[in-house]
Amino acid sequence: MTNAEKYVTAAYCVVFAIVLLYVVIIALKLKRLEREVDDLSGRAEREPEDERESARVG
Amino acid sequence: MTVVGRSYRISLPALAAASLVLVTTALVLVFFVAPTDADQGFSQRIFYFHVSIAFTSYLCFGLGAWKALVHLWKRDPNADLESYVGIHQGVIFGSLVLITGSIWARISWGHWWLWSENQLVLFLVLFLFYAAYFMLRFSLDAGPQRANLCAVYALFGVVLIPVSFLAIRLAQRFIHPVVFTRHGAAFGGWIMVTYLVSQAAMIVLAYTLYRIELSGKRLDVRLRELRRAYA
Repeated sequence: MTNAEKYVTAAYCVVFAIVLLYVVIIALKLKRLEREVDDLSGRAEREPEDERESARVG
Repeated sequence: MTVVGRSYRISLPALAAASLVLVTTALVLVFFVAPTDADQGFSQRIFYFHVSIAFTSYLCFGLGAWKALVHLWKRDPNADLESYVGIHQGVIFGSLVLITGSIWARISWGHWWLWSENQLVLFLVLFLFYAAYFMLRFSLDAGPQRANLCAVYALFGVVLIPVSFLAIRLAQRFIHPVVFTRHGAAFGGWIMVTYLVSQAAMIVLAYTLYRIELSGKRLDVRLRELRRAYA
């Protein structure tokens, strides 16, 4: 492999690596959003039950 | 300000598939079909992605500035977020331009960077200007004031795009190659085909990443609103 070939390969690998890193970061963020949605929907499911319990007075 | 989703004609999976096909085709053309340049040799193959990425970053910065104008003009609630994501894409592609350009400079000129080159320095100025956009954005609290300030900043930066693009053509002395002159492109045949496919690949890839990031950001904004409503 010549010097030029090594540099050209490195340039294309850098492009690929940065795009891949970006996709991984976005995937991690989406995972976090998914957890937040789960948390909120869990709260939404729990809340009506809590309301029912607090309404049972007599 | 409530952010609502837009409906797009092309679905995200179709865009992702198109970018995969185009990037793969571009790589095959770059390494197996395009002829080796008689003057620069093998190192010229960096040009296909380097120039395509550079034009794509100009487009992303342009999109960011356009959306900033839409925000100021029509008060479109989506425009601020779209402007931000466009500029973010521009900075990512801009960093790729600087890295691939430096690698090419090392092979051709023997230096990673030359401060005497107007084209290089002006692109760096453009890149740093838009990188500073994030400092401005994250130093202010979310709201209409931040959106307005960021929009004005993004609009100022767009002036640097034609300056950066034309610098090489206006310079008296330069060593950075010029491939697009007033008389058209300085190449043809398979080199042209490879360049056009690479350019299409980069634009479609950037647009796909833009759409992915935008949908994530919208979801984030809506979730924050929902959390506030629950609190």
